[in-house]
Order: sequence, then structure tokens, then C-alpha cells
Amino acid sequence: MIIRRDVFQAIADPTRRAILMLLASQAMTAGSIAANFNTARPTVSKHLAILTECELLDQQQNGREIYYHLNPNKMKEIADFIEPFRKLWDDRFNKLEDIMKAYKQKK
Amino acid sequence: MELKTKIHAEDGKQELTITREFELPVELLFKAYEDADIVAQWMSTTVVKLENKKYGSWQFDTSDDKGNIVFSASGVYHEFVPNKKITRTFEMGNAPFDVQLEFLEFEALDEDRSKLTMQIVYRSGALRDQMLKLPFKQGLNMAHNRLEALVKKLNS
Repeated sequence: MIIRRDVFQAIADPTRRAILMLLASQAMTAGSIAANFNTARPTVSKHLAILTECELLDQQQNGREIYYHLNPNKMKEIADFIEPFRKLWDDRFNKLEDIMKAYKQKK
Repeated sequence: MELKTKIHAEDGKQELTITREFELPVELLFKAYEDADIVAQWMSTTVVKLENKKYGSWQFDTSDDKGNIVFSASGVYHEFVPNKKITRTFEMGNAPFDVQLEFLEFEALDEDRSKLTMQIVYRSGALRDQMLKLPFKQGLNMAHNRLEALVKKLNS
């Protein structure tokens, strides 16, 4: 059985976040991704493997090269993790607004 | 439609900002933080203590139907300036999270509208991220519990 890593664990690392940022504009090979970092190539490969394992990245064979690109659906999942927190406050504030509007009319 | 409540949480920082515009005069918005009965209503909690002054303390307890306390929070005010500003600490009871510092700024946009800016500073960036994800995780747990309850029902 493959132990799936948590996507949040995947984006907790600054290098992995930087990789995602790089790939936001274009698909790239492991080599060209690694060229953007001072870290050793195997380290970058390990980060790519983790991101791929979490389905944040997809691999695509193009001739002899493997290109990495973002999986937009999975990225959306991360973008939305703040949404329940926002919703919690939005619900509270909506309630506050309703209560105070009623309070104003009573006066 | 633009979202009324916005969360700004920059990557790698140990703080976040919540902003919200209200269709309420700033005095009424502030009253919702000042009046214990009103706080109890919109926060759906019991207000145990609400001392609206510098170094005054506050405490909320939230109970379930059976009267068990499921959530409690407390802290101390460092600034309490009516219709303008509240600076307070916030700490969850029975939880392994360090205390957080909250700056609430109240601003009149015009006679009938106001804006609240709430800046929350956490002990670390990791703690901030953990707190941000809490409702997300609770949502998952709730969905999971509902599913479990449903499965139990089907099996019985």
C-alpha cells in the first residue's frame, strides 16, 4: 500500500511551494526546475516525487523528456482550505449584522 | 458578488487579517462587542465575563445540549477604546495552542456602514496555519461523523 502524503504537508515546505510557483506559468523538466535552485538535484527530485505523489503535479512524456505540470484540480483543493475558516467568520458576522439591524429597529 | 468577509494570510507569516464591511453604523458594530447579551447571541456562547476596560478580562464558555462545555476561550483586554479599537489576548481552554494577540479596529465608512479589521498574531507561522486549517479539519470530521452515524443507523 502506498502511504499518501497529506497535501498540506506537501505545501508546508518552502522549496515545494517555490516549485509550484515556477510551474504555475509553464510545464518544465526536472532539470530546468532544478536549475532554479541551489539545492542538489536529488533533493529537487525528491520534492518532485512528493508533489507528484500528492497529485499536485502531473508528469507528461514529451519525446525523451518528462515534463512536470500543475494539476489545477488539486491546486484548487488547497486554495479552498481557507474557505471553511472564512465561512466560519462570515456566518458569525452575518449573524452579528442581523442582530444589530433588528436591535436598531427596536430602538 | 464580492465576498463580505475576507481573509488575508500571507505565506510564511505568523499573522492573518480578517476584514468585513457591515451595513451598520460603527457604534452599533462596536456595541456587538461591548454588550454581553449581544455577544452571547452572535457568538452562540455563554459570556462568563466581559470586563470592557484596560486589563479587564473576558471569558466565553460554549456548551452542548447536555450542558457539557465543548469550547471555552478567555483573555485580557489591553486596549478598549469605544468605536475605535480593541486589543486583546485570546486563548482556547483545554487546547494545546499558545495564546494569540488580536487587534480589532473599528472604522466608520459613512453614517450607515462600518468596517472591522481584525489582525491576529500567533506564536509561530506553523501555529497560524494550524488554526487556519482547524475549521477545514472539523468540517471533514463532521462529514465523517455524519457518515458514521448514518452507517450505524443502517446497520441497526
